[in-house]
Amino acid sequence: MDDGLLLETKSAWAALPETRTAMRSCFKIVISRIAALGLTVLIGGLLTAVLVRFSPGFLVDERELDPRLDEASRRSIALEHSTNRNVLAFYAKRLERMVLHADLGDSPSLKRPISQLFQERFPVTVQLMAVGIAGGWALAFALALPSVMCRSRIFHGLAATFHQILMCLPAAAMALLVFDIGGPVRALVALVICPRVFEYVRNLLAEAYAQPHILTARAKGVGGGRILARHVLPSVAPQLLALAGVSVSMAFGAAIPVEVLCDLPGIGQLAWKAATARDLPLLVAITFVVIVMTQVSNAVSDWAGFRGRQA
Amino acid sequence: MKRPQLLAISTLAVLFGAAILSGLISANPHSTQYRELPGARPSAAFLLGTDELGRDRLGRLLFATRISLLLAPAAALAATLLAMIVGGIAGYFGGFWDRCTVRIIDLMLSLPWLFLLLAARALLPLNAPPAASLIITYGLLAALGWAGPARVIRAGTRKLCQSDFTLQASALGCGRFRILWRHVLPNLQPILLAQLWTTIPVFILAEANLGLLGLSASEPFPTWGNLLRDLQSPFSLQPEAFAPLAVVMLSVACLKLAMPHQELHT
Repeated sequence: MDDGLLLETKSAWAALPETRTAMRSCFKIVISRIAALGLTVLIGGLLTAVLVRFSPGFLVDERELDPRLDEASRRSIALEHSTNRNVLAFYAKRLERMVLHADLGDSPSLKRPISQLFQERFPVTVQLMAVGIAGGWALAFALALPSVMCRSRIFHGLAATFHQILMCLPAAAMALLVFDIGGPVRALVALVICPRVFEYVRNLLAEAYAQPHILTARAKGVGGGRILARHVLPSVAPQLLALAGVSVSMAFGAAIPVEVLCDLPGIGQLAWKAATARDLPLLVAITFVVIVMTQVSNAVSDWAGFRGRQA
Repeated sequence: MKRPQLLAISTLAVLFGAAILSGLISANPHSTQYRELPGARPSAAFLLGTDELGRDRLGRLLFATRISLLLAPAAALAATLLAMIVGGIAGYFGGFWDRCTVRIIDLMLSLPWLFLLLAARALLPLNAPPAASLIITYGLLAALGWAGPARVIRAGTRKLCQSDFTLQASALGCGRFRILWRHVLPNLQPILLAQLWTTIPVFILAEANLGLLGLSASEPFPTWGNLLRDLQSPFSLQPEAFAPLAVVMLSVACLKLAMPHQELHT
């Protein structure tokens, strides 16, 4: 056998325990993240179920007020609700149906299968959120980059004023105003996300541009685009990715008033309807979905940020 | 104190003063309906005109300003105190309590703020008397708004507990309570103040959003959120209908400008 190859094999064999330990610790981290995600989802669902169960008027069915019904019919309606009295039993039963049979149940207020409602409404919300996140980030970058790179007071002032105005405007009022004037309601989420992202992006970019090696590169006449692509963006990418995860949660929060006030049939509007109608199964299902969505997006952005830092 | 900060504090003081002395500025009570004058334009009797039910817009706006500028800081104070207790205990004791608290904070923060607020508010009585609904709305903001500040306070407490002066105090025989009371809490003050300041505008905007979705205080109590619902009325194109929105934006901007930046950076 070639000496060089033997040496390489030996060193690889020697490094094997370290690699194994690293892999084991990585596996442990992944398992603990998944366990934490599962636990958060379970606790979140349980808390929602408890909250709804003890909300006033939960066990009251308006059908019972119908004067045409006799005592037996009323008792039968009350019996329908008796399964919901014990919140733990109700929650366990729902979990079993959800996990073992992939059945989310029916919505009592809308009288339709929850999975069907999700199928119809998810595309609307996902589209709204995707446009909002992409637009919000693009707008934030478009404002932050020139204000950091140009160092023009006028532009800095204009960007800061625009950011402050958006920050001070309630999302619901913004939705109403844009809806009233017939503006693009689907771009509203972007206007909610933009100021929150802008502040963070501007600070990160300003810090990055103040680093000595970037100052040196600028002094040596390296082009702005090259500095941005080769030096600035790679150094701020992990933090930006972490914020990208949070912006999913922001986008869903902003989608609620937009969908309710602009009459867009999405998950936000469904959540609103479920909450006002005290629809326990629907509200628990939406909470599950929202928690999973935000936790997964956070985990993915954390992982991407971690990989970015390693790279 | 810098000039913008001074200007912001002065504006807030003027707004607050006007809200307190609303009786002197507008002679019309906030709930009186002038049925013959719905949607009236501004005049000497009604400086901002009337809404679709014939109620004086200025009187309602001043009353709403009084409510929001009193109750939003009160709710923010309650949330900060709750955050101080939860975050402080987690950061100071560490271990099991810390892990549990972090999990709860993660859970609270993983749900979008407006979704959490909307779901919880809708589950509480919607037909409560006006005063009760007002307390429910702001109480809910305080009860659900502690998670973000608690995370910051927990991190601050942990940092302080691991600092040299705390270690020295412990080595000199200081008890845990004394360390907490004499060394940790006074040094946490800037963080607490910063959290309080950042929470007030968040609560004002949250109440405005809830009001627009019809989940804030019930009528006839005006809040900024309830007044913004006038933008849905047929008279929403009148410029004076935008006065509540202007006041909300002005107040939030002033609160953001008046924030003690030194404490925020600490």
